[in-house]
Amino acid sequence: MVHINDYIDIVGEETINGLYIIADKLKGFKIQNINSTAVGGGVAEILSRIIPLLKQLEVDSRWDVIKGDEKFFAITKSFHNALHGVRVEFRQEDFDYFIEINRRNFEDISFDCDIVFVHDPQPICLIEKKKEIGKKWVWRCHIDFTNPQKDVMAFLEKYIEQYDCSVFSAPAFARKLKIPQVLISPSIDPLSDKNRELPEDTINEITDRFNLDRKRPIVSQISRFDYLKDPLGVIEVYKKVKKYINCQLVLAGGGATDDPEGMRVLEEVKNASYMDDDIHVIFLPPSSDIEINALQRASTVILQKSLKEGFGLTVAEALWKGKPVIAGAVGGIPLQIKHQYSGILTYTIDGTAFYLKQLLSEPNFAKELGLNGKNHIKENFLITRHIRVYMLLFLSLLKEGDFINFE
Amino acid sequence: MNNIPFVFYLEYNLPILLGKKATNIYELLDGIKTVPDASIYYHTHKFLKQHHYLIPEPPNDFAYWIRNILHQPQLGEMIASINIIEFNNLENIRSKIVDILENHERSSYGINCAEGFEFQFMSCKTFWFKYKTEAKNLLEFSDILKKIDISTFFVNIFGPKLRQGKLINNFSIWFESIGESILAEKVSNIDPYTLTLEGLRNKILNLIKHYGTYK
Repeated sequence: MVHINDYIDIVGEETINGLYIIADKLKGFKIQNINSTAVGGGVAEILSRIIPLLKQLEVDSRWDVIKGDEKFFAITKSFHNALHGVRVEFRQEDFDYFIEINRRNFEDISFDCDIVFVHDPQPICLIEKKKEIGKKWVWRCHIDFTNPQKDVMAFLEKYIEQYDCSVFSAPAFARKLKIPQVLISPSIDPLSDKNRELPEDTINEITDRFNLDRKRPIVSQISRFDYLKDPLGVIEVYKKVKKYINCQLVLAGGGATDDPEGMRVLEEVKNASYMDDDIHVIFLPPSSDIEINALQRASTVILQKSLKEGFGLTVAEALWKGKPVIAGAVGGIPLQIKHQYSGILTYTIDGTAFYLKQLLSEPNFAKELGLNGKNHIKENFLITRHIRVYMLLFLSLLKEGDFINFE
Repeated sequence: MNNIPFVFYLEYNLPILLGKKATNIYELLDGIKTVPDASIYYHTHKFLKQHHYLIPEPPNDFAYWIRNILHQPQLGEMIASINIIEFNNLENIRSKIVDILENHERSSYGINCAEGFEFQFMSCKTFWFKYKTEAKNLLEFSDILKKIDISTFFVNIFGPKLRQGKLINNFSIWFESIGESILAEKVSNIDPYTLTLEGLRNKILNLIKHYGTYK
């Protein structure tokens, strides 16, 4: 099991000391996290990593999961799509059922903590309990809120504004709300299989398995097979650059086998790469974290040519490996890359090809971008920063004012 | 000479979204005039913390947005080159930015940024935490400064002038109080905005080495 002190080698002793100093001010307070699933999905993944670390810092933290049936989760899935801008029709009874399931959970959850930290829309109506029990309530939105469907947003806002505070992952997701809104970006865990250091033998074994030649430049995009990740655009970029530089392209990613669109994209990608042995299309099964890690570490340049993106943590993962990254300037990606400081932001296929050629030709510039990118992730997008800001959030609920001085 | 030890503090910020955004210079100007002081502090100092490994430091958020998103390099440069060290409070920094924006040629002020690249006004809640050890003399001070988290510079170097109205930084005040006047003056003369935070740490440590009389 990973211990908070294991991060000292990565972020330094003083960063971890800082966490202990902040945690000390939370002694005696209890924090309760509530979401809708114990496994699968980004929220469960981050809670399963953060809560043990908070406990090691002696912050009394708990995690409860609401119960729901198939009908409830079908409605919440539709909410999710509608909040991402996909048009979905709802009936009043959908909203009523959503509220009813939330209320059924009142009896199953023990609200005996000082701060109730509710994650995502599924358990949002638990806030109705506040009138009865008080406490400080925070609602964290983990999803993209830039273009939500109005009726769902109006329904949710009635509940959001009953909370003491809300949390969003990117500045663009901020709303006009009557309650404070805090920015907490997601994070990556440098000690997870996807991000930890790998022995060179492991990287070689994996690149050999996928028939990659490590003596020549490897350009990769490791992302779901999805039109919004523009894998076909990446192949066009590669073809433009290949005329001048003898590189290889890796398009690796997963996708649900029951997702017809994902399978269609994969087929189109395979067709577009037909007859070129230097394009490696790799469909990765779930639990391929070490393979993803190795492919990123073996890459010369990593692309994330997304056309639309949520936060885009794959960029943070790539930067963490010290690689120069060229990525679409969409969603949360500009938060992770400052153009020409810590990576390259592009808008077009031609622009991406231009910069790719430049980075492959100028390894010193590429190295500098990679180094700055890694430092930027180290300072801003690692789990240790996430824990620090969570603790500051909790303290902000317990202490009034814009400036809090712990003498 | 006083024997009061130097108490180190660490500063951490909780970023707050104000739910207010600008798509062009007119809206940026309107926002800068109305946001709280903490927002001016956040947008002029965030880069120092988030990009403290870069040499040289990138400009403040306003300048970065004007130059890199609105593609107005001259105006961006004017905002980037505001000499923040010369200001004693955040209100004056705000006034300086407003002054530049109000007096610049305005023909491009109505041009909107691309969708998704709006300037998002933010602010922060600031927390100061007492560090675990204190310095009773210059040697101990130097030992602590070698390893303490860089966030201490926001309490002791950037904060005293801008947020507490002091004329000089906390380190220099203490150096003066223990009879290290030359060192106090040398540290007081540093422009911290021209250095990375690690560079600032090294600079102060070098000044202690050269001008401190403890040895």
